Amino acid sequence: MKILTGNDLKTGAVIWWDGQGWSLHVEDSADVGDRGEQILAVEDAACRVNGGYVIDAGREADGAVRPAHIKDRIRALGPTVRPDLTLKPADPDAGSWVI
Amino acid sequence: MYKYDHYDQAMVDARVEDFRDQTRRRLAGQMTDDQFKPLRLKNGLYLQLHAYMLRIAIPYGTLDSRQLRKLAHIARTYDRGYGHFTTRQNLQFHWIKLEQAPDILAELAEVEMHCIQTSGESIRNISADHYAGAAADEIMDPRPWAEMLRQMTTFHPEFSYLPRKFKICVIAAEEDRAAMRWHDFGLRIVKNPNDDGAGEIGFEVYPGGGMGRTPFIAYKARDFVPQHQIFSYLQAVLRVWNRHARRDNIHKQRMKILVHELGEEEFTRQVEAEFQRILTLKTDFPQAEYDRIAAYFEPPAFESGLPDEIDRSDPDFAVWVDQQVAEHKAPGYAIANISLKKIGGIGGDITAEQMEVVADLAERYSFDELRVAHTQNLVLPHVRKQDLYEIWQTLREAELADANLDLVTDIIACPGLDYCSLANARSIPVAQKIAERFANHERQQDIGELKIKISGCINACGHHHAGHIGILGVDRKGTENYQLLLGGSGDEHTTQAKITGPGFTEDGVVDAVERAVERYREIREPGERFLDTYRRVGMDGFKEAIYG
Amino acid sequence: MADQTSPLPLAGGAGGGSDHAHIPSPNPSRKREGDYLRFRDDAAADEPAVSLDAFFEQPNAVSVRIEAGDDPERLIPFLDRVKLIEVDFPKFRDGRGFSTARILREAGYTGEIKATGEVLVDLVWFLRRCGFDSFAPNVAIDPAVLESVLARYPYVYQHAEDGAVPIWQLRHPELARG
Repeated sequence: MKILTGNDLKTGAVIWWDGQGWSLHVEDSADVGDRGEQILAVEDAACRVNGGYVIDAGREADGAVRPAHIKDRIRALGPTVRPDLTLKPADPDAGSWVI
Repeated sequence: MYKYDHYDQAMVDARVEDFRDQTRRRLAGQMTDDQFKPLRLKNGLYLQLHAYMLRIAIPYGTLDSRQLRKLAHIARTYDRGYGHFTTRQNLQFHWIKLEQAPDILAELAEVEMHCIQTSGESIRNISADHYAGAAADEIMDPRPWAEMLRQMTTFHPEFSYLPRKFKICVIAAEEDRAAMRWHDFGLRIVKNPNDDGAGEIGFEVYPGGGMGRTPFIAYKARDFVPQHQIFSYLQAVLRVWNRHARRDNIHKQRMKILVHELGEEEFTRQVEAEFQRILTLKTDFPQAEYDRIAAYFEPPAFESGLPDEIDRSDPDFAVWVDQQVAEHKAPGYAIANISLKKIGGIGGDITAEQMEVVADLAERYSFDELRVAHTQNLVLPHVRKQDLYEIWQTLREAELADANLDLVTDIIACPGLDYCSLANARSIPVAQKIAERFANHERQQDIGELKIKISGCINACGHHHAGHIGILGVDRKGTENYQLLLGGSGDEHTTQAKITGPGFTEDGVVDAVERAVERYREIREPGERFLDTYRRVGMDGFKEAIYG
Repeated sequence: MADQTSPLPLAGGAGGGSDHAHIPSPNPSRKREGDYLRFRDDAAADEPAVSLDAFFEQPNAVSVRIEAGDDPERLIPFLDRVKLIEVDFPKFRDGRGFSTARILREAGYTGEIKATGEVLVDLVWFLRRCGFDSFAPNVAIDPAVLESVLARYPYVYQHAEDGAVPIWQLRHPELARG
């Protein structure tokens, strides 16, 4: 599926389009089909996203969203070398999800 | 070190308000990101993977305790409790919010710091030898010149929208501890070779170096530019490049590409013609201004009659002394290197608590002065030998006492794909695995000097082209892959590392490094470092051992 | 394009103490001059600018246009007949025009140099310092923002074409340039 991601203009936080707005969590991502660029144009102009782009993602067996490229999985979670700074510091399996 | 007068302070304060207004306009939607991006880059603010990154200038790598304490405060207040020292002697914070950036700049301005021109297509932070003012082999301290050129290139109206970044380095010794020839404009301070011993000061000029996708080592354009003409010469170089570089392909716009395309002779000819013209404009600064700045870099009040011996009875301390302490020009003093390459840690990273410890040490033991090396380590430049033991004990408690300077675990690595939106692969885990593989101290000592440098993409912020062993992370069909290179160097015998062959996986490259190291041990001659053995036998001497 | 039918109140210039850098002010009675900002008192050239190549073929041409990749030195022998030089900025990041203007001023040209193209407001201070005295941007410039941009920096670190005294000279007032 196609999902949207970018950074929040004010804070720089990684954000994911959830169909109506922007979430900090990749699992909230909505499939935008071929409307991605359209949505980004509106959201960028309204300063609700900075540097947004469309990416491929898959659904895992448990329904979780998995970005196709490792870079976006790192963005979804946080630096692999600082688990304490990620979105899931207490989850020991988080790092292997990225790779 | 240099202290701002009210003019310098007014300029930095104005810059803060400038950026505050630009940020306001961006957040109000009055500017597109395309328009805002060069402006925020000129204040060191990148949009990275997880947040904005802020790059703070540390001019020629010199800091005092007040400044370092402010950086610790910023780390705690605006970031996530740590910072990262870079290969250009700057400091980066990786978790910055744009809406807070103007306030951060205002806080920095309180301690005479800024982020001016630390990124974007600007004249960047001017680097210098991190042993400046302490090393016995320098003709003079290069930093007054670095400070002079810093001021003259700040907000330069003709050169603020350059084809690409422009990096300047100043050294003052035969030994090059600052990778000078890897810069766009490298300077070595010398005495005039032609003046029969009168001792006129001037510069050897080396333009056209740089790393990135197509690395080049700077060539020598001039044996001697008289000291008070150097700003004119720099303007000539900048103008020739600004006028004639390509503007259509960001990968071909560094000055090294123009030098390569015109040829050294033609580039020099154009620069010399422009130089003669610019000299007539009389834009160089006078001796009086140089003297005013140089006065800030006078040697500190070294004590005399200090003990020269170091008590080595603590064996762990002795190990640290042997590796981390360098000779100082003043009797009874030493240069103490602080490792930011703790095995298992992240190279170049430092916590706010550690910054406070180092600030205290600098204030108490080093005439309130600290240096940042381009190797991502720190230096206390002027410590009394009799204070080394206490310093070491303090460092050890703060986990800053690894004794690995220039050894195999003293690895330079860029932040890589864990942090950087430009990266193709992660670099920090590779550095960590290599360091862990070679952690044993006796093994490290046996291997001796071995400079490993790792970049996560072709932008080469990890300086892999200058590594005795270099590693370049690439994206190979969506997975991380690593190229291995051998034989690079940033010292005065500057060379570019050569690729060994096909790339490796992350674990594969660690194994390959180990095979290369074992091969070196197998064939080395007495006194040879890894780099020397490689230079003697070439890639042929290593390739089979690496690939089997 | 910003509305400029009323004169812009002016900042910068000679106020603020004897050591305040003097950045020459825009013409305080400036009116809207054919949709561009102009910082000169004399009459604007009324001929449209011709290309550099065309200029050499037209001995009566007084207005000429320099594209980003053109060589301004070709004009130097003819400067005394030129009234207006337009220097284009195809993208605001393309800084060749800054050098172009300085080369022309250094050669002694005192006529009008106009910046055209993607001339964003944040460039104008640098452009003024390099010798540009008029601007015809293809983007809107907010006059209030322009005013604050021009007044922002109280000093300069280096000589340029605007006559502003660099900080090092303010520190050593007994020393003239050179």
